[in-house]
Amino acid sequence: MANIRLVDLRHSYAAAPRDDGDYALKRMTIDWADGGAYALLGPSGCGKTTLLNIISGLVTPSEGKVLFDERDVTALSPEQRNIAQVFQFPVIYDTMTVYDNLAFPLRNRGVAEGAIDTRVREIAAMLDLDAMLPKRASGLPADGKQKISLGRGLVRSDVNVIMFDEPLTVIDPHLKWVLRSKLKELHQQVGATMIYVTHDQTEALTFADQVVVMHDGAVVQIGTPIDLFERPQHTFVGHFIGSPGMNLLPCTIENGMAHFDGIAIETRARPKVPAGASKFEIGVRPEFVRFADEGIPVRIAKVSDAGRFHIVESRHGDTAINLLVAEGTALPADTAHIRLDPAHTQVYADGWAVT
Amino acid sequence: MSRKTHNQRAWFFVLPVVALVAFNAIVPLMTVVNFSVQETFGDNMFFWEGVTWFQQTLASERFHASLLRQLLFTGIILAIEIPLGVAIALAMPRRGPWVSVCLVLMALPLLIPWNVVGAIWNIFALPEIGFLGNLLNGMGFNYNYTQQPLAAWFTVVLMDVWHWTSLVVLLAYAGLIAIPDAYYQAAKIDGARFWAVFRYIELPKMKRVLTIAVLLRFMDSFMIYTEPFVLTGGGPGNATTFLSIDLVKIALGQFDLGPAAAMSLIYFLIILLLSWIFYTLMMRNEEQ
Repeated sequence: MANIRLVDLRHSYAAAPRDDGDYALKRMTIDWADGGAYALLGPSGCGKTTLLNIISGLVTPSEGKVLFDERDVTALSPEQRNIAQVFQFPVIYDTMTVYDNLAFPLRNRGVAEGAIDTRVREIAAMLDLDAMLPKRASGLPADGKQKISLGRGLVRSDVNVIMFDEPLTVIDPHLKWVLRSKLKELHQQVGATMIYVTHDQTEALTFADQVVVMHDGAVVQIGTPIDLFERPQHTFVGHFIGSPGMNLLPCTIENGMAHFDGIAIETRARPKVPAGASKFEIGVRPEFVRFADEGIPVRIAKVSDAGRFHIVESRHGDTAINLLVAEGTALPADTAHIRLDPAHTQVYADGWAVT
Repeated sequence: MSRKTHNQRAWFFVLPVVALVAFNAIVPLMTVVNFSVQETFGDNMFFWEGVTWFQQTLASERFHASLLRQLLFTGIILAIEIPLGVAIALAMPRRGPWVSVCLVLMALPLLIPWNVVGAIWNIFALPEIGFLGNLLNGMGFNYNYTQQPLAAWFTVVLMDVWHWTSLVVLLAYAGLIAIPDAYYQAAKIDGARFWAVFRYIELPKMKRVLTIAVLLRFMDSFMIYTEPFVLTGGGPGNATTFLSIDLVKIALGQFDLGPAAAMSLIYFLIILLLSWIFYTLMMRNEEQ
């Protein structure tokens, strides 16, 4: 167990990076609290696997330091760092039984057979693998194999952090949910720090206490699922999390008020305009847009049924504004007015939230 | 339930294959079978002999000796080429510009015709003028493969290793580069050392290609003819007379077609049997 600190980290796969674009990871400093459940969320190619591999020691960063409990481990191998990692595709040792697979990391470290046996059985029970122990690992289904991968990390009682690199990719949909709850349960049981990489917001939001959202090699926001939903710090977070994502309305700032197409919009806080900003947007989630008697005039383009909600797509000129309307609400016909909930309306300058 | 169709016309589509197989396998094989049960004195005069030639061959000390030499030779080259090939494949780079250099170097011996390989080694190992022979003698070894059975064996084995280890290397290398990086990363995290990585990841993942390599090398070496024939001609004495060399001596040297035919069939069945045993042993547990 350890508190993990990444200090001034930066990484490029190019031999001689010239500008920011050459860096797969932009400069960042992050703290991962001991025992936390973190998700690393972002689209493919945003650098989340690179970040994960830097923490595990499979990749050495071009710049910056990795500290485990203030001890510099930047130059140490994955084995020396004492971490565990579960990969996207299950990695098992085909020729071994499930038991031997679980015992493998302990045997490599020279643990006595008696202690290995106790520990392997304990972990197998935790993962519901007891009945499988004498079977050959190659015969198990994908979710069983992924449990073995996870089990090999858990058998070592002193792991600093367990990392998951999109571990549910090859799992059948109906088992994903089961395995995810199992992970959550294990986190509470063993209390190890867990970092879970995914591009699936549902996985991230259900697993993690803290979600780290990455975009284009940079961390755009770290927060609880509620923070990310209610207070996106970047338009990317607003857009990436939530379904449908946040509405973004181009706006101008006049007399300290945001104006959308000449209409003054009340926001959570009076925006303080940063110097040099060129692009302003109003962000509001579809959940916080209501039909009203007056406000922004819109034309209704499409209504789709999403179960307990209707997703209403409306347009003001060229700007699309989505609304989530509870089932059973009477929908206005062709044209209507909408109002944005000021408590959940935020101004963004060049993508970043303005407070 | 589908109704069974009775339409024999499908047989016409199979006919070309039947004809082809008949002409390239069954007909030649049947002539051999024909010779193996008869005695001929030329002029198309045949006398029925039944299983006499088979009994004679199986009881013949000469056949036993060449079979033993053959098994020994195949055993030695498999014991050298398979581990050596795997070791070289492990040592080869997996990425970068040196990959193609290594692959081309490895492929070179495979491109040389067999009789040329024999001729190259014949000259290369000559005690007086050959580089290898001269070198060994210069180092104080009394080496002359044209006269000493041990030296002849050493040279034949070395030649085969030089010629065919590359095949094992290329197959093993193909198996190695097909292993995803995640396996190595997981092994690193699990604290596996070099030997454990080889034993539990690389070797199991190479199993299929190695089965092919063993089978190919077994069959080829068991049928080896050209290279030792050009190098030593089966000598000195009968020291390097392997099965196929012996067979040719009986069939074309002595023109004993009956015994030669019987020996061919026994030879063929031995190869078939041993290949089956190898395959079954190596593929055990595969179907779980």
